[in-house]
Amino acid sequence: TCSYPAESELELGLGLSLGGTTGKTKPATATSSWGECGRILTAKDFPSVVSHRTKNGGPSVSVSGTKRAAESVSHEGGSPTGVSGSSQVVGWPPIRAYRMNSLVNQAKSQRADEGDSGIGEKDKPKDALKKKLNYNGNKISSTTTTVNEKGHLGFVKVNMDGIPIGRKVDLNAHSCYQSLAQALEDMFLRSTNSVGAEKEQLTKASKLLDGSSEFVLTYEDKEGDWMLVGDVPWRMFVSSVRRLRIMRTSEANGLGIHKKSMANHSCFSFSVSESCYSFVAAPRFHDSNERQRSKPI
Amino acid sequence: MHKKMAFSFPDEVLEHVFSFIQSDKDRNAVSMVCKSWYEIERWCRRKVFVGNCYAVSPRMVIRRFPEFRSIELKGKPHFADFNLVPDGWGGYVSPWIEEMAGAYPWLEEIRLKRMVVTDESLELIAKSFKNFKVLVLSSCEGFSTDGLAAIAASCKNLKELDLRDCEVDDLSAHWLSHFPETYTSLVSLNISCLGSDEVSFSALERLVGRCTNLKTLRLNRAVPLDKIANILRHAPQLVEFGTGTYTADVRPDVYSDLAGVFSSCKELKSLSGFWDVAPDYLPAIYPVCSKLTSLNLSYATIQSPDLIKLVSHCPNLQRLLVLDYIEDSGLEVLASSCKDLQELRVFPSDPYGAEPNVSLTEQGLVAVSLGCPKLQSVLYFCRRMSNEALVTIARNRPNFTRFRLCIIEPKTADYLTLEPLDVGFGAIVQYCKDLKRLSLSGLLTDRVFEYIGTYAKKLEMLSVAFAGDSDLGLHHVLSGCESLRKLEIRDCPFGDKALLANAAKLETMRSLWMSSCAVSFAACKLLGQKMPRLNVEVIDERGPPDSRPENCPVDKLYIYRSIAGPRFDMPPFVWTMDEDSGLRL
Repeated sequence: TCSYPAESELELGLGLSLGGTTGKTKPATATSSWGECGRILTAKDFPSVVSHRTKNGGPSVSVSGTKRAAESVSHEGGSPTGVSGSSQVVGWPPIRAYRMNSLVNQAKSQRADEGDSGIGEKDKPKDALKKKLNYNGNKISSTTTTVNEKGHLGFVKVNMDGIPIGRKVDLNAHSCYQSLAQALEDMFLRSTNSVGAEKEQLTKASKLLDGSSEFVLTYEDKEGDWMLVGDVPWRMFVSSVRRLRIMRTSEANGLGIHKKSMANHSCFSFSVSESCYSFVAAPRFHDSNERQRSKPI
Repeated sequence: MHKKMAFSFPDEVLEHVFSFIQSDKDRNAVSMVCKSWYEIERWCRRKVFVGNCYAVSPRMVIRRFPEFRSIELKGKPHFADFNLVPDGWGGYVSPWIEEMAGAYPWLEEIRLKRMVVTDESLELIAKSFKNFKVLVLSSCEGFSTDGLAAIAASCKNLKELDLRDCEVDDLSAHWLSHFPETYTSLVSLNISCLGSDEVSFSALERLVGRCTNLKTLRLNRAVPLDKIANILRHAPQLVEFGTGTYTADVRPDVYSDLAGVFSSCKELKSLSGFWDVAPDYLPAIYPVCSKLTSLNLSYATIQSPDLIKLVSHCPNLQRLLVLDYIEDSGLEVLASSCKDLQELRVFPSDPYGAEPNVSLTEQGLVAVSLGCPKLQSVLYFCRRMSNEALVTIARNRPNFTRFRLCIIEPKTADYLTLEPLDVGFGAIVQYCKDLKRLSLSGLLTDRVFEYIGTYAKKLEMLSVAFAGDSDLGLHHVLSGCESLRKLEIRDCPFGDKALLANAAKLETMRSLWMSSCAVSFAACKLLGQKMPRLNVEVIDERGPPDSRPENCPVDKLYIYRSIAGPRFDMPPFVWTMDEDSGLRL
């Protein structure tokens, strides 16, 4: 749950699904109230399953919320090599080098593909639909690759409220919001891991994807702010997104859209034909002439 | 009367009988019956297997088996696969090739695993063996495309060239063109390990076109998707095929071409490759899926829904390699669709991530163990496990022969009870009476080794990491596992006592590897002194072990039985302990 400081200062608006409420925008500059709201909705607030490294050895990763107990019980003194987590141990996990290289190279080539396409303000509808041929992972020079902090190029984490296990989705495999939404639907709806309460969540979500707004898709961008997905042209979104969250609409109400800046900024620049998403974004703005000034990338 | 029996059959008859005995183990048993059988057998052994190239010298092998046609050699310890064996340790094949080049002009087959192979050796092979037919290099290194060019140019009767998982120096893309235009005998070609630009597509197409007996073709990643159709058109008789990169611009003409050509491959049973998969192109292989028995998708970074669709089309699958993108849900589908499944390997897509990136847990393995009655070999990477799941798995599937479980975070406890996983693995060894290979992981005490020593009577290979509390653990294994041949241990608190108490056991095994354990230098020396038929090698990159106190633990220890005595091709960081009670530097 989130708490919203200075709630009265914030204009709360939603631009969720088709036929949703009043339009929204995001301010070009990070005003303090927006920033505050952004801070509220950071990863710390989410019921995620981060496993923290301890000084003297890797704790067991517990997915079902008993993490704390596991940390204190499972660890039985420092390992002989004094390691702090599997990523620092030589030869562990036991995976052949060529297999590791292959995974890294595949990720690199995907990212280089993205880098080559020239993300930015330019409109590139053709490229949005084309999948680029890039098989020669070995040839990509490191200068053209942009790597996120984990080296998982193209993959971003997705968490859905009420489901403890997050997923990862490969943004490079999609060329528009609709395809992404479809993939997320597959991922979270088709999971047979859900039991009991979670199943209920998921059926609610499917209703969402039909158009009713039980959930909303949000993302954290490079500046750490949480935005509603669908604001910006696809390419711009892909280059600035850090992680995704399928949030309950009730909580998204507090997302905070600063109405003051609405006067100065229009909402999005891509044409209606590109707005092929089913459960996200703000369909209210049909003015394709105005360009949205987004945050600097 | 008793003596007469031995000579009642002429040698030729016995030879004929022995010719039906192919397996190495059986041949060795035959040779132990009596002296005359030993003699007859050694003259007619055609295939020689040397599990550790340092256990015997080339000359000894040649002396004993004067007429073999095929040799298989293994070099480095298994943990070399995970960078635990420093470069330069050894495993050189050149002395073998040199000896055989002189003595064996009729050698036909060479199979090597984890050995260092040079271009000179490849050139020597090409020059020396006129009827050379099979070269299989598995996880080898040290050679370049120049050496391959020599093989291609000279080996007119070559049937099989398989470079699985090798590290090859890319010097020229044109080595394939060295196969003469008159050369047509290729049956199997595996170049999947080659990097970019190491193959010329036109030469490949021409080669495939004229080798009408080609049954196995495994391409490397550099071969683009739109080239595959042309290649397959030339080889509709293929039984095993490995694609290159499996992505391209989504174009209907390329797609239908590919789908059409796959449809015409009526014999295809095995598919692999699938780097960079574009899901849109996957349905092109649906026409062949119903006949597939082997599918390697371990490089395919596609998500669960696509994997599920694919797997549902393959009811006759016996072997599946896949990334953990398949998730528990995909494994459940696998369990219900693929009742003939015998081998499953699930690799991690994000092994260094702190959090799980996919929903793959112990449940997937439970599902497969329940649904696939013929499942006998498993390699499974996951992030959590429970004793309960392991017991269920063991009960469901007592026919496991290979069970390798890797819980990614070392010392991970049972996620439900927070206890060690001793009981779970104990169930595995107790129920799976034919278990030959086992890899352990997770939080484990000495107790699991007690179970293993008590029940794992057919176990031949055991891999242990970050487990155990004391020497008692190691002692249980060495004293209880009657069939043990290979034991590899890393980061366990095992010291001198168990090792010295079970020294004799080591002579019944092929090898023992221990790294980051607690075996002292003094114990190594003692072992080397007392056991002349063991090579006790200390591997220590920190410097000479005698520059530290004797009770200091050594970094790495590799002990193997040998009748060839200590080797002389060691690098500066390897020392052999021997009878001179000192170091041989």
